[in-house]
Amino acid sequence: MFGKLSLDAIPYQQPIIMGAAAFMGLVAVSVIAALTYFRKWKWLWTEWLTSVDHKKIGVMYIILALVMLLRGFSDAIMMRTQLAIASAGSAGYLPPEHYDQIFTAHGVIMIFFMAMPFMIGLLNLVVPLQIGARDVAFPFLNSLSFWLTAAGFALINLSLVVGEFARTGWLAYPPLSELQYSPGVGVDYYIWSLQVSGVGTTLAGVNFIATILRNRAPGMTLMKMPIFTWTALCSNIMIVAAFPILTVALALLALDRYLGMHFFTNALGGNQMMYVNLIWAWGHPEVYILVLPAFGIFSEIISTFSGKRLFGYATMVYATMAIALGAFITWLHHFFTMGSGADVNAFFGITTMIIAIPTGVKVFNWLFTMYRGRVRFSTPTLWTLGFMVTFVIGGMTGVLMAVPPADFVLHNSLFLVAHFHNVLIGGVVFGYLAGLSYWFPKIFGFKLNEKLGKWAFWCWLIGFYIAFVPLYMLGLMGVTRRVNHFDNPVWHAYFVAAAIGAFVILCGILFEVAQLIVSIKQRESNRDLTGDPWGGRTLEWSVSSPPPFYNFAVIPEVQTRDAFWEMKKIGPPRASRYRPIHMPRNTATGVIIGAFSFALGFGLIWHIWWMALVGLLGIVISLITHSFNQHREYFVPAVDIARIERLRSPALIQQV
Amino acid sequence: MRLMTNNTPEISSNRRMRTLACTMLKLLPVAGAVLLGGCDWAVLDAKGQIGMEERSIIATATWLMLIIVVPVIAMIGAFAWKYRASNARAKYMPDWDYSHSIAVLMVLVPTAIVACLSVIAWRTSHTLDPYRPLSSDVKPITIEVVALDWKWLFIYPDQQLATVNEIAFPTDVPVHFRITSASVMNSFFIPQLGGQIYAMSGMQTQLRLIANQEGTFDGISANYSGGGFSDMKFKAIATTKDGFDEWTHRVKGSAQLLDAVAYGALAKPSEKHGVEYFSMVDKELFNQILSSPGRDPASLSTAGKKLLALEE
Repeated sequence: MFGKLSLDAIPYQQPIIMGAAAFMGLVAVSVIAALTYFRKWKWLWTEWLTSVDHKKIGVMYIILALVMLLRGFSDAIMMRTQLAIASAGSAGYLPPEHYDQIFTAHGVIMIFFMAMPFMIGLLNLVVPLQIGARDVAFPFLNSLSFWLTAAGFALINLSLVVGEFARTGWLAYPPLSELQYSPGVGVDYYIWSLQVSGVGTTLAGVNFIATILRNRAPGMTLMKMPIFTWTALCSNIMIVAAFPILTVALALLALDRYLGMHFFTNALGGNQMMYVNLIWAWGHPEVYILVLPAFGIFSEIISTFSGKRLFGYATMVYATMAIALGAFITWLHHFFTMGSGADVNAFFGITTMIIAIPTGVKVFNWLFTMYRGRVRFSTPTLWTLGFMVTFVIGGMTGVLMAVPPADFVLHNSLFLVAHFHNVLIGGVVFGYLAGLSYWFPKIFGFKLNEKLGKWAFWCWLIGFYIAFVPLYMLGLMGVTRRVNHFDNPVWHAYFVAAAIGAFVILCGILFEVAQLIVSIKQRESNRDLTGDPWGGRTLEWSVSSPPPFYNFAVIPEVQTRDAFWEMKKIGPPRASRYRPIHMPRNTATGVIIGAFSFALGFGLIWHIWWMALVGLLGIVISLITHSFNQHREYFVPAVDIARIERLRSPALIQQV
Repeated sequence: MRLMTNNTPEISSNRRMRTLACTMLKLLPVAGAVLLGGCDWAVLDAKGQIGMEERSIIATATWLMLIIVVPVIAMIGAFAWKYRASNARAKYMPDWDYSHSIAVLMVLVPTAIVACLSVIAWRTSHTLDPYRPLSSDVKPITIEVVALDWKWLFIYPDQQLATVNEIAFPTDVPVHFRITSASVMNSFFIPQLGGQIYAMSGMQTQLRLIANQEGTFDGISANYSGGGFSDMKFKAIATTKDGFDEWTHRVKGSAQLLDAVAYGALAKPSEKHGVEYFSMVDKELFNQILSSPGRDPASLSTAGKKLLALEE
């Protein structure tokens, strides 16, 4: 009846896990209690869970990402304290069977359930507003993407309490991830949480490509698009090209594990190297999928806060495209040490280095955007400057490891760990946090507290260097990654320093949390009544903060790049009459399919076949039912629009 | 600690190169202060030709990139400060957004550096290809390496002996490693001697290293392989010709033999495995492990072996 699932699956004897579970349970119970007490269930359901409004879906993505940032960071703190303790004979407090799950979960969570939802959340918040659209091209698909991601999120969090997570490293290389070496449900949790959320990501990619190519305001040609939208377009093209590879790789691994096939096993002709190729053919583009939108965010911020046009817009666009294409021909640099031969290694080493050229072009573009500008040091600017310095260093160590013989001694070392955290924290995390503080007033109607934001930035920046410079050094000492304890006393001081750095970053995160709480409390005094709190340049700043649900009462006509900046110069366009607006209706189908996907995943993980079947049938039937729903759209009458627009501040009405 | 037994011109040129690379690395801002500590920096404190060359690539590449990285970081600080909003004296050109000469420079300078690095990458990928025999008058010594859960089995086919978690070889003699795994993926790595290569079951990888100084070096697995991974370590002893003979003699004196049964017992997962010596070994063992991936050779009956042969 319940497959492999029994009460033994709950790790009662592990105090850390039970503590975390109790905490999660407590949070969940208090949220449920609060919703019940304030009678907000109906509001939650109709206004949020079933919403197809891109702004609300974006907010839900980001909430999910921030929750996972906390969880992934808890993993990081646990690993760093373990290594600070576990020296010279001490085993530390995390035995390998637990520690190995933690570093696996840390990687999986940070990439798939923190960075990806954060990115897609920001795209949701910003892209339709930037291109003068009322929603994404396929609003229901957008809701479905989110709920598939949420189902994956639920699965991976459940693995903490019910069963175990994979102990394979975040990419689950076979044969270690095969049934023979990982007989537990950990790898199955890995496979199905990524499969379910991966489908969501692919659909989001399709949706944004269509949105950007089809829904732009009249006059906004491709070369007049805001640069963030450009990076979003490239990133989503890469999603659509790369994520199916991940899906196939994981599906083949699942066939090995579930049906006794031998794609990647040691025996009967399987070849583990195929998996490594496939997973990196997705995995390398993935890092650029994450970092390109961050580049876009920095471009918007540096231009806005320098009060100046972006330097070299066209070169920025070409550089973005070049990176997006180049990202697909470098994957082999992740395994120079697999014996591919000198020609192959050299080829991929050189393609990797070539990517440094368009990336360098971008850095110079940001640099010369500041040149002869008026740079205001707000929180988003600080993140951008911190990023530029940090990312240049991370790029340097990356190019260093692109030289195959240098990689032979640095591969899999803590030098590598330091390198990719250097680009992922310095690039992706800084970028998304910058984007959050930049666009937060647009979405919520009030600014975030600047002082706490700056404190958060400095803690992150300084903490990053304290945490990762020692890891660079340890890598040069020949310390490899994923080691649980070590006996060389010389390394101890470096691991302690790294742990201190992690705690400084923790302060950064606490400042972020405090910033959110304080800003919400003081929201009345930080209201953004203009819709344009930073002196913005692109269309999202032309509407009120928060924008009305239809975004634009009248779709703007775009003449130039930095459309809103130019509009502000020539004054408001002639007021035109409002016309009824065609909007999508909310639908529960996304939530329902998400729930069935969760059931499908859970059933497959625990071999509860009836549940998997129910999940699968549920998904198919829900989709068919939804396709017969004829009432998916409606018109907002012109009088309603006029009424809503009148409520906005007079300053804004002038602008429309 | 460092006994110099050999003073051929080749070695002293190595030493010159090493001193040069070391000096250059010591100048690196990040590592500089700590580097003076010396032998803690395994990757930089290389004791063999391959490792030294790999280290000097790291130094050269880093210096080349610093040519552009340092000015860029300086410019970030300088521009941000000079054009701060409160500095009303600085020029403000809100509509200036392109300069052809800057655009050309910002493409050409990184391209030039990447071009230099590409030449280095192409050349050294070939000269330091781990499969490429080292140029030496001395006949290389062959060591077959099998990654097991979680220890290293070493077979010396010529000496017909085997060890666990310890190898020895004479200095200035090229060592040819033939590497496989009887379990999951690992990576065979002796940081002070040079690069690593993966150990994968059913496949043979090769690595050629040489030690130019005596010493006992740490060897590790550099690819996570499961629960006992952290203690999957071995020692690599580079010693004199006589020292190596003595070591061989000691191993030969062991009462243990490595036949199929003993291998079967050894292949079972174990953690923190100590050093073991086997005075005799089945010459075909390595090839057998290679051709029957994931199978325990000891468990194969004659019939099973035939079946396996048919299957392949």
